Amino acid sequence: MKVLVPVKRVIDYNVKVRVKADGGGVDLANVKMSMNPFDEIAVEEAIRLKEAGVVSEIVAVSIGVKQNQETLRTALAMGADRAILVIAAEDVHTDIEPLAVAKLLKAIAEEEEPGLILLGKQAIDNDMNATGQMLSALLGWSQATFASELAVEGDSATVTREVDGGLQTIKVTMPAIVTVDLRLNEPRYASLPNIMKAKRKPLDEKTPADYGVDVAPRLTITKTAEPSGRAAGVIVADVAELVAKLKDEAGVI
Amino acid sequence: MAVLLLAEINGGELSADQTGKAVTAAKSLGDVTVLCASAGCADAAAAAAKLDGVAAVLCADDAAYGNGLAEPIADLIVSLAGDFDHIVAPATSNGKNILPRVAALLDVMVISDVTGIVSADTFERPIYAGNAVQTVQSADAKKVISIRTSGFDAAAETGSASVTSVDAAGDPGLSSWVEDKVQASDRPELTSAKVIVSGGRGVGSEENFAIIEQLADKLGAAVGASRAAVDSGFAPNDWQVGQTGKVVAPELYIAIGISGAIQHLAGMKDSKVIVAINKDEEAPIFQVADYGLVADLFDAVPALNDALG
Ligand SMILES: Cc1cc2nc3c(=O)[nH]c(=O)nc-3n(C[C@H](O)[C@H](O)[C@H](O)COP(=O)(O)OP(=O)(O)OC[C@H]3O[C@@H](n4cnc5c(N)ncnc54)[C@H](O)[C@@H]3O)c2cc1C
Ligand SMILES: Nc1ncnc2c1ncn2[C@@H]1O[C@H](COP(=O)(O)O)[C@@H](O)[C@H]1O
Repeated sequence: MKVLVPVKRVIDYNVKVRVKADGGGVDLANVKMSMNPFDEIAVEEAIRLKEAGVVSEIVAVSIGVKQNQETLRTALAMGADRAILVIAAEDVHTDIEPLAVAKLLKAIAEEEEPGLILLGKQAIDNDMNATGQMLSALLGWSQATFASELAVEGDSATVTREVDGGLQTIKVTMPAIVTVDLRLNEPRYASLPNIMKAKRKPLDEKTPADYGVDVAPRLTITKTAEPSGRAAGVIVADVAELVAKLKDEAGVI
Repeated sequence: MAVLLLAEINGGELSADQTGKAVTAAKSLGDVTVLCASAGCADAAAAAAKLDGVAAVLCADDAAYGNGLAEPIADLIVSLAGDFDHIVAPATSNGKNILPRVAALLDVMVISDVTGIVSADTFERPIYAGNAVQTVQSADAKKVISIRTSGFDAAAETGSASVTSVDAAGDPGLSSWVEDKVQASDRPELTSAKVIVSGGRGVGSEENFAIIEQLADKLGAAVGASRAAVDSGFAPNDWQVGQTGKVVAPELYIAIGISGAIQHLAGMKDSKVIVAINKDEEAPIFQVADYGLVADLFDAVPALNDALG
């Protein structure tokens, strides 16, 4: 079985995000970019399935700017076999919307015919949490979101999902779309020899036109603002003072 | 303008809190019709009909809807979508599972985690773990939006909308339910609690979490946790607060042994009053806390328990 793993290039999760003074978005020039943390977990899961003999080939896909090559090289260094880059924008600030990403992934899935597509549950830049569900709808495949456990059993898979009330287990027919949550696994670091080897793995470059997909956005961003801030309060000396403040000043207990 | 709002139903029971908060947000968009989809949805529909601001309730009773599976419920919503300009749900794990699917089937973009409704086509939503707030205008014919409920008040239960049955839309049979593991608890729900006591990695173990729970019980509070506490096995996953956990905004949030990473702050920084107890005076949590106590939590929390009588 082949697995497709879409990986997004996002601002590194440790970087403090700065909103541009003119309200025109978040400053991404010269900041550290990395693979979306959830997508590292998806790549790791695909590798573990390959190591377990369930999966024969792992194809990493990224949609965005030319620089997404780096993200795909990381996936290849971790253990993906080959990569497809769809160059859909020139400016690093252009975010391709989940609907357009899902349409491109659908076209790629129809060409590649994977048995499983593993995506992150959400991209930590737009926090949309949508692409996997949209792709599943467009392909008419089964959907299991927020996975913290995954077991593939021939023509079906059992997935434990992290939901608001606790955990839910469902069984999905293959081919399936699974979006992964943080607790599914701990992604590995790529070793130096594997980073070198990854440079020679195939990386195909495509454009949305190759797939006949229109990536024009449906949403216009009219403003990006700093959230309303919160000032630090006071440091209390001890528990007695804390209780007094909460009772008399804040009135919350 | 007409709004179709997917009710939050778990185990056949309506969450009046989550549904009611989404109704409060959505009623500025037009008449709100609430859709209750579940196996035996009469009780949930009756409860939804009482929510103030609800114009009508649709009840879709079918075994296929009993466990919240995304494929059949999305198909149901699409079968009803023709009459509506907005399709809305609370941004719960159910809402987030189902709505993007609905949007894709309608060939429109979904707008997730809306915190503000500017006009019928313009919405505010946090991005980058709440480090920025984006205003987006949709050019799509139908707007499909999930509402981050923590910023809206629950609707009063004084209404009396009519309930109509609607036909089920069939089950594509792609997935089946196996089991739910739901923690039974007498404590309030995290997302509706007035007080939350949260523990982090500093708490050290599952056994030690008992002191966090004790304090919560004394305050009639819900218990929350950081991701590090959940990952370390100190607390169950449904207690996680943050960018990828639950977003909460109680009257009082007490963070104990939590450093205050941006991903955690994303889930609690809109709380009315924040208290932080941490032995490291440099911990970033103190930058958002109204009241900070620099202390060892193993001294401070028992003392706080005693002080509260
Ligand atoms: C994609 C992504 C998503 C994430 N989503 C979330 C999320 O939703 N929610 C979330 O919480 N995190 C999330 N995280 C993780 C986040 O980055 C932090 O790692 C996490 O919040 C740290 O948890 P913590 O504060 O409990 O642990 P630590 O950062 O280890 O802090 C422990 C604190 O306890 C204090 N302490 C230790 N012992 C004591 C004592 N005896 N008395 C008093 N204080 C003590 C220490 O001084 C320290 O400040 C996410 C990370 C990523 C990459
Ligand atoms: N531009 C992209 N390129 C590759 N994968 C993407 C892209 N955008 C989203 N994805 C995938 O979809 C997941 C969810 O993203 P989102 O719906 O934007 O929150 C990510 O974790 C990726 O697996």
